[in-house]
Amino acid sequence: MNTETDLTDTLHQALAVDPDHLSRLHHRLTAAAETERLLDVAYRTIDSPVGNLLLAATEIGLVRVAYALEDHDRVLQDLADRISPRILRHPARLDGVARELDEYFVGRRHAFAVTLDWQLSTGFRSTVLQHLAEIEYGHTASYAAVARLSGRPNAFRAVGTACSTNPLPVVVPCHRVVKSDGTMGGYLGGLEAKSTLLQLEAAA
Amino acid sequence: MSSKLPFETIVEVHGPTVLRVCLAVVGGSDADDAWSETFLSAMKAYPSLPDDANVEAWLVTIAHRRAIDVGRARSRRAVPTDSIAEHDHQPDHVEPDTDLATALAALPDKQRQSVAYHYLAGLPYAEIASILGGTPASARRAAADGIATLRRSDVGPHDSLTERSTR
Repeated sequence: MNTETDLTDTLHQALAVDPDHLSRLHHRLTAAAETERLLDVAYRTIDSPVGNLLLAATEIGLVRVAYALEDHDRVLQDLADRISPRILRHPARLDGVARELDEYFVGRRHAFAVTLDWQLSTGFRSTVLQHLAEIEYGHTASYAAVARLSGRPNAFRAVGTACSTNPLPVVVPCHRVVKSDGTMGGYLGGLEAKSTLLQLEAAA
Repeated sequence: MSSKLPFETIVEVHGPTVLRVCLAVVGGSDADDAWSETFLSAMKAYPSLPDDANVEAWLVTIAHRRAIDVGRARSRRAVPTDSIAEHDHQPDHVEPDTDLATALAALPDKQRQSVAYHYLAGLPYAEIASILGGTPASARRAAADGIATLRRSDVGPHDSLTERSTR
């Protein structure tokens, strides 16, 4: 123990911290934060046929579903900026959503029952997204048809924007919106994900 | 609009250091309580923390206060009872039962805290002085005295790798 560096190393060794210990403490913290209503946003990730999905919920309900393509770190930072930085990984709050998504991905669930928190979409975008549930499982609708459903028949471009900024993809079925000529159009999770979801629904 | 990292990142990045500080300052059996209280208090105050604040110094300041609270609660619990009280609050993990940890625990409070905050948390002495009171020079002296005692206790890297007892 001759130099300061040695001493610091030795102190770190003497006070070794193992990952299991930290994970127990993390668990205790999330439980206490939930009880004291400090946990503004809880999140977890799940594996799915369309890749790793980030799920985030406020105390109100599911607020965000994000594809890996959207960059989960950026999505969490966006949630911190727009909702609250009091964010912890806390899978328990998302157990219900995760279960419904599992059922959906094996074709056993055709509609989602979880409570949604719509705060990340406002105005006409929100109106559009709330009308998407009217497109039934296994069916598709054109951007123009959704514009009509939303009460602004000429606003098909705005429908496109609403879909491409959907904070709740899969659960709010923007993948069922396609071009009038029957081709798929774009998708915020990538075209492969869109076609996977449409095939899944067509097969079930 | 604020731009703060998600609190999860704060726990991930600073959790291990804060735990080492808690282990050094209050010892193995109370470190879990001190750590948990620290991060819960920090989470409460986090939205109003200035964006340019030094997060680690802020956490160590909170840990310092929570460690004092945890220590007080422990002595209150211990006062009216006999030795049974010593056994009803066993840590749920292995104590860092090395010679160095023992020597650290035996240091006077200010020396132990100065050593922990400087050598484990990497805080400058000016920052430590604002946590402990006193001047940066006195914090530096306390840390130096503590380190001198630890060196005299004749423990080295080999000792700190001695086998740990299991629960």
